[in-house]
Amino acid sequence: MGRVGFFTDTSVCIGCKACEVACKEWNAVPDDVLGFTGMSYDNTKGLGASTWRHVAFVEQPHPDFRWLMASDVCKHCTEAACLDVCPTGSLFRTEFGTVVVQEDVCNGCGYCVPACPYGVIGKREGDGLAHKCTMCYDRLGAGMEPACAKTCPTDSIQFGDLDELRERASRRLERLHEAGVGSARLYGHSPADGVGGTAAFFLLLDEPEVYGLPPDPVVTTRDLPSMWRHAAVAAAGLLAGLVALSWRGRS
Amino acid sequence: MTGLTDVRLDGDPALPPGRDAVPESLGRPRERRMVPRADFGSYYGLPVLNEPTWQAHDIAGYLFLGGLAGASSTLAAAAHLTGRPRLARACKTAALCGVTGSLYALIHDLGRPGRFLNMLRVFKVTSPMSVGTWILTAYGPQAGLAAAAALVPGPWPGAARWATVGAGLLGPALATYTAVLISDTAVPAWHGGYREMPFLFAGSAAASAAGIGLLAAPLAEAAPARRAAVAGVAVELAAAARMKHRLGTVAEPLRRGRAGRLLRLGQALSVTGALVGLTAGRRSRRAAVVAGAALLAGSVCTRFGVFEAGTASARDPRYTVEPQRARLTEEEDDTQ
Ligand code: SF4
Ligand code: SF4
Repeated sequence: MGRVGFFTDTSVCIGCKACEVACKEWNAVPDDVLGFTGMSYDNTKGLGASTWRHVAFVEQPHPDFRWLMASDVCKHCTEAACLDVCPTGSLFRTEFGTVVVQEDVCNGCGYCVPACPYGVIGKREGDGLAHKCTMCYDRLGAGMEPACAKTCPTDSIQFGDLDELRERASRRLERLHEAGVGSARLYGHSPADGVGGTAAFFLLLDEPEVYGLPPDPVVTTRDLPSMWRHAAVAAAGLLAGLVALSWRGRS
Repeated sequence: MTGLTDVRLDGDPALPPGRDAVPESLGRPRERRMVPRADFGSYYGLPVLNEPTWQAHDIAGYLFLGGLAGASSTLAAAAHLTGRPRLARACKTAALCGVTGSLYALIHDLGRPGRFLNMLRVFKVTSPMSVGTWILTAYGPQAGLAAAAALVPGPWPGAARWATVGAGLLGPALATYTAVLISDTAVPAWHGGYREMPFLFAGSAAASAAGIGLLAAPLAEAAPARRAAVAGVAVELAAAARMKHRLGTVAEPLRRGRAGRLLRLGQALSVTGALVGLTAGRRSRRAAVVAGAALLAGSVCTRFGVFEAGTASARDPRYTVEPQRARLTEEEDDTQ
């Protein structure tokens, strides 16, 4: 099977949170929050170890009032920082091109957490291990679509072959632009972006940061060769410096 | 009434905090902006990134101890080879304590010792933590042997000599790889400072090793430590200044709040330590001890300050969004 993905068209999201529920149920993700944030209808705040789908609610005076709703998820990046920095090989790339944590290998070092430029993956208090969306790896293996996409009543979440989804998204964008929705834009669809494109990409109606998404994320490991070079020079300097200072003035 | 469901009514005295359904019962996000800046959009002021789960005392402690151990081994090897046995012994002992402490901090962070072994199944250059694990694994036993032989003269002086030199050569790798470890993340203040961070850490490590030399070695043998203190602190200050300059807005977390206070205190202690060491510390043991303690404390403050600045920069979405926005605007201008 080729690379698969999600196209989340937020222009038809109705904020029902069926995806959040389906994800929790199917993947047996434990309860993390129960309370009231005062942030519109959003009580889960963001993605983390025990929230793998998160529906954002934005209320805007636009021109009188408009809702923005968007179901966020792990982007399954082409160049995934979480996977690159994982020291155990727990995070791996599946045959579907997705990024998955193997819980029996993860050692809870937490390195993947600050590495993700989207704030997706988290470390769970209980087991001390990293968790995030697997794109329902078990369901994909059985030829089924992920639980969130299956349950989405408006097809805001579409699952399928990534190339096909990208084409579908371009057509949808064109239609919206023709219909006068000038604010519509695609996010994460371009393989030329800072993470090589994402397998889960979006159609948004405002700037990404309004939804809590970074506007131009770059995978941190792009700079890693330069980081190692700088460290090598510093290490050589430390060695040479301490040696020279010890030999100096010795008769 | 209890036991039926976990969802209970507001005002129930049995309700644990955080389960009460009132606005912000989940706690207010720190530094949440009630009136967003006109030029800056965010989702309720919530962070874009997930904050590092690392505890400061584990990981900032690890940054300090790794630096102390690494630079001490190099200073020890140089002292050993230039006929300064007591300086060498002090530094070897510090290196052993440092590397033991590092290992403890790392394992405490992981939760249990067995989890350290998970990292010995693979070697990944793309993971600084994996590279660091191997550096630590290669360095640790040599530092241990060097220290053991210095404390209790053993039967193999040859092996001890090789271990001293080996640990001295690997030390700088241990002292600087930690800069890559924290820079290789999406944390704005850490990633943005990746060019200067290894130099800052190398300087701070040299200053802390010099601190050990001043604390524990006799005046007649401490000359390299006095010079290393001045050089280390100078490099550290220069790297920090350059980093702040290049970071622009993202340097704010390095100046403000707890991180700012720690970094300023660290610099003051380091400068004091280096200057006292170079002047009064030449003649008086007591002054040398004060200088050494100040240098060590300075290095601790600097590492905790850098750590805190990073977590503060991850908590505020501004430091994630604004530089990315600026980059996009620049690209647009270029294409027009
Ligand atoms: S969005 Fe984050 S957690 Fe998901 S693949 Fe990309 S880097 Fe990893
Ligand atoms: S917490 Fe687990 S998945 Fe994340 S980097 Fe560490 S070992 Fe890998």
